[in-house]
Amino acid sequence: MYNQITQKEIDALKILAGADAVFAGEEINSDYSHDELGGVSRMPDVLIKARSTEQIAAVMKFAYENTIPVTVRGSGTGLVGAAVPIEGGILLETTGMNKILELDRDNLTVTVQPGVLLMELAAFAEENDFLYPPDPGEKSATIGGNISTNAGGMRAVKYGVTRDYVRALTVVLPTGEIQQLGAKVAKNSSGYSLKDLIIGSEGTLAIITEAILKLVPLPKSSISLLVPFPDMKSAIEAVPKIIRSKVTPTAIEYMSRDTILFSESYLGKKFPDTKNDAYILLTFDGNTDAQVENDLKTVADLCLEIGALDAYIVDTEERKKSVWSARGAFLEAIKASTTEMDECDVVVPGSQVDEFIKYTHQLAKEIGVRIPSFGHAGDGNLHVYICRDALNDAEWEKTLEVCFDRMYQKAQELGGLVSGEHGIGHAKKGYLHRQYGETPMQLMRGIKAVFDPKNILNPGKIV
Amino acid sequence: MNILVCIKQVPGSNHVEVDPVTGVLKRDGVAGKMNPYDLYAIEQALTLTEQYGGSVKTITMGPPQARRVIEESICMGAEGGTVLSDRKFAGADVLATAYTLSQGIERMGNYDLILCGKQTTDGDTAQVGAEVSEYLGIPNLSNVLSVESVEEDSITVVTSLDNRVVTQRVKLPCLLSMESDVNTPRLPSYKRRQTVTEDMVSFLSFADFADQDANHYGLNGSATQVERIFPPEKNTEKHSITGSAAEQTQGLFDLITARKLI
Repeated sequence: MYNQITQKEIDALKILAGADAVFAGEEINSDYSHDELGGVSRMPDVLIKARSTEQIAAVMKFAYENTIPVTVRGSGTGLVGAAVPIEGGILLETTGMNKILELDRDNLTVTVQPGVLLMELAAFAEENDFLYPPDPGEKSATIGGNISTNAGGMRAVKYGVTRDYVRALTVVLPTGEIQQLGAKVAKNSSGYSLKDLIIGSEGTLAIITEAILKLVPLPKSSISLLVPFPDMKSAIEAVPKIIRSKVTPTAIEYMSRDTILFSESYLGKKFPDTKNDAYILLTFDGNTDAQVENDLKTVADLCLEIGALDAYIVDTEERKKSVWSARGAFLEAIKASTTEMDECDVVVPGSQVDEFIKYTHQLAKEIGVRIPSFGHAGDGNLHVYICRDALNDAEWEKTLEVCFDRMYQKAQELGGLVSGEHGIGHAKKGYLHRQYGETPMQLMRGIKAVFDPKNILNPGKIV
Repeated sequence: MNILVCIKQVPGSNHVEVDPVTGVLKRDGVAGKMNPYDLYAIEQALTLTEQYGGSVKTITMGPPQARRVIEESICMGAEGGTVLSDRKFAGADVLATAYTLSQGIERMGNYDLILCGKQTTDGDTAQVGAEVSEYLGIPNLSNVLSVESVEEDSITVVTSLDNRVVTQRVKLPCLLSMESDVNTPRLPSYKRRQTVTEDMVSFLSFADFADQDANHYGLNGSATQVERIFPPEKNTEKHSITGSAAEQTQGLFDLITARKLI
């Protein structure tokens, strides 16, 4: 089916992509064979450092004519193996295409290359008095990767997810043709939204080489509130009540004391409060201090009324950093606390969050395995981790199977879906197929075939 | 053990502009916050009283709105505090500030220990603490990393002297300037904020002080004058070193030796 890459193809690619942008065999670092967690690895035959849309188009045209698989990779921070070249072939790394090309103050957009890191874009926007609202925990991910998984992050409760901020994409199709999808417009009823098909397609339909993203004016005032509860049950039960109060925080995150302690030892930095078993962390933003203060008061009073032990005010840059840097490190911290782990990134309706988290606790007890979790309690997207600790291979495999099976089943019962923001990639395919059934999967395969008739772009993922 | 903590209200953002004509910090419209270095001193004070009993009070010099940092310290756990506020105190340099604080502290009395932050984010001199102790005639230690123990009439602390760490026992009362990042300051409590009442913050002015010579305060009492304030030059120069790991290492080494950085 796919053609093998020989020296002849490598030489041809060096001419097309630039000799110093093409690496083969031992020149490729083993990091390129895996992502952060997908449980799958394979070295690419050739690594190409992408430099321009035209260079990518030339490579893609060559790959199409020669039936060579191509997988695109950003920073490699994915969690489901989506950027792993499981069929070998070419791995196209976009991190070198990291320029911010234009800030359009009239249309409130920023045009970026796909390798710009989320933290770079966030800082650039802020320096210019704008906010790029999507705020996934992994700040060193590329924007191309964020778009490919439709990452959500911590401000989704109020601002939505990456998809809501993509105006247009320049893409290279598997044939090598360059297309712009979408436009610098706020409204669009012009036929099928091809741009929206690319968002969240994890590099299976086309290669994103440029993106026009929407910005919003930077809110002038923002404050966080860290609310301690005596136990996780009362903390998560508070979330739907906060949402019902009609105050819209940008974020509602929940965290347990255990997770905070892992992050303390991982970062070597103390969290401001670890006396209590469970916490909710909220952020409010707005254009006046009075408005933000008002929201904070409403929620703080409500929390105290329903059993919170206090409400700590996180109001300065230093305080925000001490709290949010710990939150940003939770995933890595849990990873460092165990021998191996796997994750479940389910999303359930906001009203079912407490139900789902309670279920994971019950499951952990029943199976006798550690299942720490944290996440976006406000938008229903939970990050649940199954820790291997001292289990042997057979036990680990069995545990994972049972846990995943039951958790995805429960999420479905509660009206949820397999992935909120990490994607399907290679690791979660089975669960996606099981939930969706034949017809939706056929439709997806049909879409894949229209874009990529030779199935050379990131084969073996999602569908 | 009764502890006094010296604190200061500074501009709320690190991006304060300097007026290019007058050379004065543009404070208008910039919300104030507690000097971040002072938070370590407050945290240390609260930890000590949790361990050894006693109370924490805070003191600041500034305009009437500086009461907000006193209130913030109360939300963190202090019992109350005092704002030294008077037009006569305006324009004070390090010396006049330290003198004013020492007058206020003498008026407040009843302390076993005074804690200060290392420096402020707006003035950055790191001298006020030491000068306050001089005026009060009590011993002072700077760059304090931790407090080991408190004895009947002394306190044992660990201080940093850059290339060595020294454990010292010093007689009480004394003044300690805390090093930064030595603890994680607790967050202000909303619950405590609801209990803050007017009488927890007191005000003292020139008229309340023992020394009634106005020439010892504010601009008149300052030994130094600021000639010009200007923002530091921004260096946005970027170097990219490419190549293999060995080439990059060599490139970096050449660059930093050429600049005499090592």
